[in-house]
Amino acid sequence: MTQTQSSPAAAQVSAPPAAEPSRLLRGLRSDGRALSWAEHQSLHGPLTLRHRHSADAIIAALDAAGLRGRGGGGFPLARKLRSVRAASGRTRRAVVVVNGAESEPASRKDAVLLTRTPHLVLDGAELAAIAVGAREVLIWLHRGDRAQRLALEAAIAERAQQPVAKVTYRVVEGPPRYVAGESSALAAHLTGGEAKPTMTPPRIAERGVGGKPTLVSNAETLAHAALILRHGADWFRSLGPSDEPGTMLFTVIGAVAVPGVVEGAVATPIGQLVAAAGGVTAAVSAVLIGGYAGSWLTPEQAADLPYSAEALARVAAVPGVGLVAVLPESSCPVVETARLSAWLSSESAGQCGPCVRGLPALAGAAQTLSIGRGPQAAESVGQLTRWAAMVSGRGACHHPDGVAQLIESLLRAFPDEVERHASGSGCAGLGAPSVLPLPAAEPGGPSWT
Amino acid sequence: MDVVRDGQPRLIVDWTRCDGHGLCAELLPELITLDDWGYPIIGGSVPPHLTALADRARAACPVLALRIVRPD
Repeated sequence: MTQTQSSPAAAQVSAPPAAEPSRLLRGLRSDGRALSWAEHQSLHGPLTLRHRHSADAIIAALDAAGLRGRGGGGFPLARKLRSVRAASGRTRRAVVVVNGAESEPASRKDAVLLTRTPHLVLDGAELAAIAVGAREVLIWLHRGDRAQRLALEAAIAERAQQPVAKVTYRVVEGPPRYVAGESSALAAHLTGGEAKPTMTPPRIAERGVGGKPTLVSNAETLAHAALILRHGADWFRSLGPSDEPGTMLFTVIGAVAVPGVVEGAVATPIGQLVAAAGGVTAAVSAVLIGGYAGSWLTPEQAADLPYSAEALARVAAVPGVGLVAVLPESSCPVVETARLSAWLSSESAGQCGPCVRGLPALAGAAQTLSIGRGPQAAESVGQLTRWAAMVSGRGACHHPDGVAQLIESLLRAFPDEVERHASGSGCAGLGAPSVLPLPAAEPGGPSWT
Repeated sequence: MDVVRDGQPRLIVDWTRCDGHGLCAELLPELITLDDWGYPIIGGSVPPHLTALADRARAACPVLALRIVRPD
């Protein structure tokens, strides 16, 4: 595994062990700056437009590689490209949107790509533009992602003379909302509206940004595409399981020596990812997988568990954006769940009844359980079970499902801790500082435009 | 939504529109119940003998949040 610290202040790359998989993070500059166009080309080799890079050939290569989206959805990129391409025409030319905003508060993987190796993402974006017949590429960031914007603008200028495909770039900053990166929300914002998910057909592949067929793809997914078109599908498939091939980026945080972004083959055991982040710095009470609306696992469950969709599904978890959050013994998963639930509830777009009413109810019950006093604490367990099931699958986006997953995984993985709270036996983790950072509240309330 | 793909028409709630008026559950209790906050829970796809009632429930929604989707 290649490991790189993500904080700009401490930006440095540990020397990757020779035998470890290192693709996207290979050859990053040790001073934390972005690889230049020349450095990028000499490192990865040129990706010039040749006959074999026709739309069909690009889609066929990505299909053969079996590349799935790395933004949380896990949808095959080739299939997405095909449906957008089918809808694209001369009068309604498709648009490519690179999602580099990382709505997951602790995830830093796309930030590392965009600030350290932006040309890899831009190569992929231009290949996607060829594949769907687009001439316009929008790169979506959160408002205030200054380092990403500067690196991208410099990279776009550098490659203007000899791009893979001639496209017009626009770097767009949107509101830093958890659900704003959902593709229908993102398309609504880029069309001039609020960044809220919509259920209104047709799908954005047919009519998205400005009514045009729209491809939304995660920055990491496109970076993988850039390497697949250089080295081929077999090369890509030489790491990872056959049904989920390749490497992926993980953000490892919490009680580890070197928190940051790690690259590993899909299905690398979680314990190895933690080791690549310098190993644990304390006894571990719990591991949160996928994202803040992810799944809790016990340390014993997590250690040897391969990080793949297939293996995680066996413990009712999903890969999400590759977050591995290691909770030290001083922290309690019940208390952290209450804290995360309250934040996730505040990130509801406020559109769908079961989310508007159900998430605050869940957050309230989680809070009551975490405080662990009186008969209400005992009742809260039943409420959490009932309401988590009740909100699942009932919204314009999957936000309520994620909160339900977080809560259900807590009840499943930590029945003893839950019981201790429910019975009012006290908890040392109540006042402990959290290792899970949350964005600061915005003055004047959350913005959606 | 619990979607049962059995070739029968399905009821779909547009959650961004639904205000929890509850008329649908009154008109079609065979398929629609309400959750703890008054929002509809769809119990399954629409069998032939309930098609007319389902259509009436769809048309009765004050905010047109209920859709009937026929299988492709």
